[in-house]
Amino acid sequence: MSEAVGAPVLSARGVRKEYGEGDGLVRAVDSVDLQVGAGETVAIMGPSGCGKSTLLHLLGGLDRPSGGEVVLNGRRIDDISEKALARVRRTDVGHVFQSFHLMEELTAVENVELSALLAGRAPRAARRRAEELLERLGLAGRSGFLPSALSGGQRQRVAVARALCNEPLVVLADEPTGNLDSAAALDVLRLFRDLRESGQTLVIVTHDARIAATADRMFSMRDGSLVDETRLTGGTAGRLGALAGLED
Amino acid sequence: MRQEVVLAMLAKEPSHGYRLRARLREALGPLGDAMNAGQVYVTLARLEKAGLLAVEGSADGADRADRKVYALTPAGQQRVGEWIAEVGWPKPDLAEFHLKLIAAASAGLADPLAIVDTQRRELLRRVREAQLAAMAEPDGSAAALLLEGIVLRLQADLRWLEACEKNWNHRRSGS
Repeated sequence: MSEAVGAPVLSARGVRKEYGEGDGLVRAVDSVDLQVGAGETVAIMGPSGCGKSTLLHLLGGLDRPSGGEVVLNGRRIDDISEKALARVRRTDVGHVFQSFHLMEELTAVENVELSALLAGRAPRAARRRAEELLERLGLAGRSGFLPSALSGGQRQRVAVARALCNEPLVVLADEPTGNLDSAAALDVLRLFRDLRESGQTLVIVTHDARIAATADRMFSMRDGSLVDETRLTGGTAGRLGALAGLED
Repeated sequence: MRQEVVLAMLAKEPSHGYRLRARLREALGPLGDAMNAGQVYVTLARLEKAGLLAVEGSADGADRADRKVYALTPAGQQRVGEWIAEVGWPKPDLAEFHLKLIAAASAGLADPLAIVDTQRRELLRRVREAQLAAMAEPDGSAAALLLEGIVLRLQADLRWLEACEKNWNHRRSGS
């Protein structure tokens, strides 16, 4: 079922997104090459307006590039029909947004099962899957609550459960801690750590250094391009004492 | 202030002592007032003695340090190159890093944005170490609080790097 860690699940080759023309041409995403291996967590950091959210939309089929290729699990998704692309969005990619995007009139479990129902799963199986996920994410006692009755961290957990409902090949998260206080952000950080440990492939676009630093690889984005790559695993260690002022 | 800062300010071109002080004052703004002239001249004399600087002449033949023209020796150039490549954390010295970017850009020694990227890589590795340690501690524990302090300080450094990146990117695209 899952591929060996390191095999690319998602790749971008020379991906561009342009708006306008002539003097008003804006290159929001400019010739991006990126490969994300199975089970890998990749973070993309950069200042506001650098194009990182646009890139995430192109990777997840929420938008189409002006040029280049997006390949998901060996198959191009940038040039497929609208219907096929909608199917990719529903079943192959899980999206997590900064402002959760939950349906306010649906309970937690209904929000989660909705994506399974839309993907064609039988109602009973969809409910079972949603309840399983909420339990796994520590929300078993909250499944009947409306989003308005949940804390920010809990709402983001529901959103992550929804993203995982159809066992996506990759979860794409756009500023998942952006609307959370420090304690709730830590909660979401632990959740992403657990997802990573369970082998889920993740791409996270963020301003938050804490979440970027827990990735396997981190890219810096500037003016629409990926300009720097940092492998965060296996780096220098043992400096916490110095950082705390306990040693020189 | 480290001696390498004074050396690096001469990397663009040889300079009189007083011109060097003016460059530092310009780069440091009001913080430059904290540096007295004597400190700069003592540093220049030490660097000359160490063979990192050479005196090329003086404005009017005077022997005063502010009128002498100082230039980097090959050993001085090598030392500046090493200093530019050095990563100065976890003991952040903001003024030193700031002057490093200025010296690197003005003398064409390195791309300031590449220096920012190197520094960020190093900082992120430390954020990772502290954050993973914090996540392993029970919420509300004393150790978690200390680790949060480390992460918050590192985040402040990262935010400043972000400001450096923005500023130097703007200067580059403006030039």
